[in-house]
Amino acid sequence: MILGVDELKFMYRNKGILDEIAFSINEGEIVAILGPNGVGKTTLLKCLNRILVPKQGVVTVGGDTITSLDLMEIARRIGYVPQRVETGRLTGFDAVLLGRRPHIGWDVTEKDLRIVEAAFRSFGIDRLRLHYIDEMSGGELQMIAIARAFVQEPKILLLDEPTSALDLKNQIEILQRINAIVAEHNIAVVMTVHDLNTALRYADRFILLKDQYVHTCGDKSVVTAEVIEAVYGVPVMIGELAGVTCVIPQCLCNGNGRKTKIPTDEEGTTYVRNS
Amino acid sequence: MNPGLHFADGELPADYLKYTYRKVLWILGGIVALFLLLILSISVGAVTIPPYEVFLTLIGQNVTDKWDRIIWNIRLPQALTAIVCGAGLAVAGVAMQSILRNPLASPFTLGISNAGAFGAAVAIIFLGTGRMTSTTAGAVMINNPYLTTIVAFIFCMLATIAIITIAKVKASSPEVVILAGVALSSLFTAGVMFLQYFSDDAQLAAVVHWTFGDVGRAGWSEFYLMAGIVVLACIYFIANRWNYNAMDAGDETAKGLGVNVEQLRNVGMIVAALVTAVLVSFLGVIGFVGLVCPHMVRRIIGDEQRYLIPGSIVMGGILLLASDTVARLIVAPYVLPVAILTAFMGAPVFIYLLLRGYNR
Repeated sequence: MILGVDELKFMYRNKGILDEIAFSINEGEIVAILGPNGVGKTTLLKCLNRILVPKQGVVTVGGDTITSLDLMEIARRIGYVPQRVETGRLTGFDAVLLGRRPHIGWDVTEKDLRIVEAAFRSFGIDRLRLHYIDEMSGGELQMIAIARAFVQEPKILLLDEPTSALDLKNQIEILQRINAIVAEHNIAVVMTVHDLNTALRYADRFILLKDQYVHTCGDKSVVTAEVIEAVYGVPVMIGELAGVTCVIPQCLCNGNGRKTKIPTDEEGTTYVRNS
Repeated sequence: MNPGLHFADGELPADYLKYTYRKVLWILGGIVALFLLLILSISVGAVTIPPYEVFLTLIGQNVTDKWDRIIWNIRLPQALTAIVCGAGLAVAGVAMQSILRNPLASPFTLGISNAGAFGAAVAIIFLGTGRMTSTTAGAVMINNPYLTTIVAFIFCMLATIAIITIAKVKASSPEVVILAGVALSSLFTAGVMFLQYFSDDAQLAAVVHWTFGDVGRAGWSEFYLMAGIVVLACIYFIANRWNYNAMDAGDETAKGLGVNVEQLRNVGMIVAALVTAVLVSFLGVIGFVGLVCPHMVRRIIGDEQRYLIPGSIVMGGILLLASDTVARLIVAPYVLPVAILTAFMGAPVFIYLLLRGYNR
């Protein structure tokens, strides 16, 4: 176990956001935090590396409780990629080099430069090294942000909606990259995801939040149509398409705003035919 | 930390090093230019001293006693004060722009300079810390520089707290913060006028003098105090350059990198306000240097704080020394306070930044 959370409770002013949150995460795992908007997915992520301080509860990282570590030490163990990053007139290399901040004393060393150089090659974004980040596309910027968190050499990566602003190709590219990194370096990833299909495809374990509490927690088998309906309030169908688990909502609104029931086959078990 | 990572076998990035090397060259070039400008600035004036003889005098050789007196007692303190003041305002400006994430921020545009001037005026009139000894330029005497500075600093801090509060409470757009700065400026200007109205002749002259920021009024002892504070502030900001880089990438990114953003903001604003207070209480309000210099440097070497902060410091020194040199010559034999020149120069740049949409 690399990360443990127990009895975590977070209040914003007097409003309860999270309560009795408990789970643990192992090295080399990708964990998806799921749940509707405003349920506290991002808040939970921020509690894990003490960007937010929970009202009560314990978070442990590699055996140490997080409150016993100073901010720099936390940053050496946990990397965080927020939903939004600011740009400026600096190069991709500068931006990624910033990820070495928790390791830098007075100035960067050759080792820092080598690590950043290697990260660019490993991420396949060598061409972005000397591009200005204020001229980059959303996908490129997200790659830079993830590479930055990665050169922190953390044991845990926290990703807040890593793919929400990206097109299909970039989504796949970034998630494949994260997958490869996790496998190669044996680090744990905790990410919040909106798209259930993305989550089911790339994550090993799932934490579904509802009304401040963990509704369901476990591997792919616990993410059933009933659970999703209970958490999101939308009836869905789960099936397989060419061996890949897919989730689609049962009711779709067509262009006129009328609800259209998606036709199902007689058995009602496999909604989507393999083609 | 994490033996699983085998990243240390990467190569040294030659092209990136070349790219940073160019930035270092710009800054070194700036320092050389600043030194040449210093000699030029000392050599020109009512009496022209050949630059080579200026150089000889500066390295301690006695060319003539007259040169010695002019250079050591009059021109060198003024030129060095211009450099220190420009550097201090520029470093305060670049820090404020980063702290408030606002390209229009500077000690002057946020009203902090005017608040300091008001504080200095309060000290002069109510606490009797300054008087006008004659009607020539540079004759304002501060007989208690520390008290004047402390009162100026208190008012700078009040304005700073007001700005930080407005920026935080309203999660404000750049315009709101700058308009708040304009409002504060007007308020403190009105306060200074109110004090002037009820002051006697000598005090009035001393206070009016404040409205024309001038680097010529500092002697060696004032210079040492200003230089001490400015150098400490520059060291502080340079030491925190990585934290400022992190903050520029967004608060959440910075926190994820282990930077205590709130503390960095508060301490940074206090240091910037202290620099402003010291400079204003000795030299008066000198506008726009803190705004313009960082933007000139951003244009040349970008937003990377490792180079932006030292670059702005050097550029601030160059700009204010050049302005002061021109101000001394432009209507010779009269000597213009440098603040008038910086306002003529800075206002168009400010409007340009507004029109351009202030991209950083």
